[in-house]
Amino acid sequence: MANLVRQLGQRSLHIVSEAGGMLIFLLESLGLALVPPFRPRRLLKEIYQIGVKSTLIVMLTGAFTGMVMALQGYYTLKQYGSEGALGSAVALSLIREMGPVLTGIMVSARAGSAVTAEIGIMRITEQLDALDTMAVNPIQYVVMPKLLAGVIAVPLLTAIFDVVGILGGYLVGVVLLGVSSGSYFAGMVRSVVPLDVYGGIVKSLVFGLTIILVACYKGYYTRHGAEGVSKATNQTVVLSAVLILAWDYVLTSFFM
Amino acid sequence: MIKIVNLTKSFEGHKVLDGINLTMPTGQITVVIGKSGVGKSVLLKHIIGLLKPDSGQIFVDGQDMSLLTKRQLRQFKQRFAVLFQGGALFDSLNVFENIAFPLREKTRLTEAEIAKRVRERLVQMSLTSEVETKFPDELSGGMKKRVALARAMIQEPEIMFYDEPVTGLDPPMTNTVFHLITRTHRESGYTAFMVSHDIPEVFNVAHQVAMLHKGRIIAAGTPQEIQNHPDPMVQSFIRGEVDFLEG
Repeated sequence: MANLVRQLGQRSLHIVSEAGGMLIFLLESLGLALVPPFRPRRLLKEIYQIGVKSTLIVMLTGAFTGMVMALQGYYTLKQYGSEGALGSAVALSLIREMGPVLTGIMVSARAGSAVTAEIGIMRITEQLDALDTMAVNPIQYVVMPKLLAGVIAVPLLTAIFDVVGILGGYLVGVVLLGVSSGSYFAGMVRSVVPLDVYGGIVKSLVFGLTIILVACYKGYYTRHGAEGVSKATNQTVVLSAVLILAWDYVLTSFFM
Repeated sequence: MIKIVNLTKSFEGHKVLDGINLTMPTGQITVVIGKSGVGKSVLLKHIIGLLKPDSGQIFVDGQDMSLLTKRQLRQFKQRFAVLFQGGALFDSLNVFENIAFPLREKTRLTEAEIAKRVRERLVQMSLTSEVETKFPDELSGGMKKRVALARAMIQEPEIMFYDEPVTGLDPPMTNTVFHLITRTHRESGYTAFMVSHDIPEVFNVAHQVAMLHKGRIIAAGTPQEIQNHPDPMVQSFIRGEVDFLEG
C-alpha cells in the first residue's frame, strides 16, 4: 500500500515537473520570437513542413469525416422527418468539434512525430550542442520557428478540413441520398453563427501550439540514443492526442 | 590560458569529476587521455559551457566562467570552436552550407566572400569541390571529420576544442586528421584542448598531456614526461594492458 502511494506521489511529481518544464520552454521560445536575429526563411520552411505537407492527409480525413457524418446523420434525422437539417448538423459538428480535433490529431501523427524525431536526432548527434557552441541559441534557431509555424498552419488546415468535410457531406447527403441541395446549404447558413467559427479558430490555435510544443519539448530533451528518440516520438503522439481532447473539453465548456 | 580549479560533477549520485585541477597554456595543445567513460568529454563540456559544475571554477584568461552573464558567455563562445566526436554536421544542410553556417549566422560577409572562404577551407582539408553539394549522410567518417574541422576552422577560433577527433577512423585517416590538426595549429596558433584515448598518436600532437582516472588528473606533463611517468596506472594505460582497461 505504502509502495502504491509512493509510486502515485512520484508519478504526480513527474507530471507536475514536466508541465512546469514545458511552460518554461514555451515562455522561453515565445520570448525569443521577439529577439533578433529573425529568420523568416526558417519560418516559411517550417510552415511548409508542418502545414503544406499535412494538407493531403487533412483533406482525406476531412472528406471521409464529412461523408460518414452525413450518412449517420441522414438515417437519424430521417426517423424524425428532418433530413433538411443535415447541412446544419454536418457543418456545426465539423466547425465546432470534429474539424479542430481531428486536424490536431492528424497533424500530431504526421508532423508532431516528425518534429520530435528531427530534434531528438539533432540532440543525440550533438547538432544542438554544435549550435550552442557557435553562439546560436538552439531554441531560437530550431524550436521557435516550428512553434510559430504550428500556430499559423493548424488553423488553416482546420479551415481546409471543415470545407472539405462539408463537401464530403454534400456528396453523400445530396448526391447519393437525395437531400435537397438548397436545404443542405440553407440550414448551414441559418444555424452556424460567428461564435461557432471563432470557437473553432481558438481551438485550432491552442491545439497547434500544444502539438508542436509537446513535439519540440520531447525532442529537445531526448536521451539515450535511438531508443530514446523512438520513445520520445511515441510519447509525443500519445500526449498530444490526450492533451487535444482535454483542451477540447475545457474550451468547449468555455464557449458554450 | 585556461585554468580549471577543483572542478567536481556528479550524475545521479555518481561522481564523474572529483576535483579536477588543470592549466592549459595559451597557444599550446593540451590532450586529456584516459579510458572510455572516465569523464573526458564531460570535462570538455564544462569548459565550453554545455554543462555546469557542481563546484569548482574554470578561468579563461583570468575570467571566471561561472560569473559571466549570458551576453558575455555568448561573446566568449565566438572565440572558440569545437570539433565534436561525430562531427555534429547539420543533417539538413549540405557540405557547403555546413561550412558556411557560422559565417552566415555570425558575420555580415557577402555570399561571394563566404563562398571564397568555404572553398579555401575545403582545399585546406584536402577536400575536392565535388563534396560541396553532398549531405552529411553521403560522406565517409573521415570526410565528415574533415568537413567538421573546416566548419570549426572557418570561425578562426582562438581556442579549439577536440572531442575524440579520430574515434572510428581507420589508421590512415587517423593520421590524416592528426596531421590536419597539427597543420592548422601551426598556421593559426590557437590554444587547443583535446580529449582522446588514441595512444601513441596524441603524443605526436600534444604539447601537454594529462591523464584522467577515477575523476582526477593523476598525471600531467609533456608527452615525454607522461610516457616515462612512474605511476603504474599511466604506464598500464599507455601500454593498453587488458587488466587495467577492464578494471
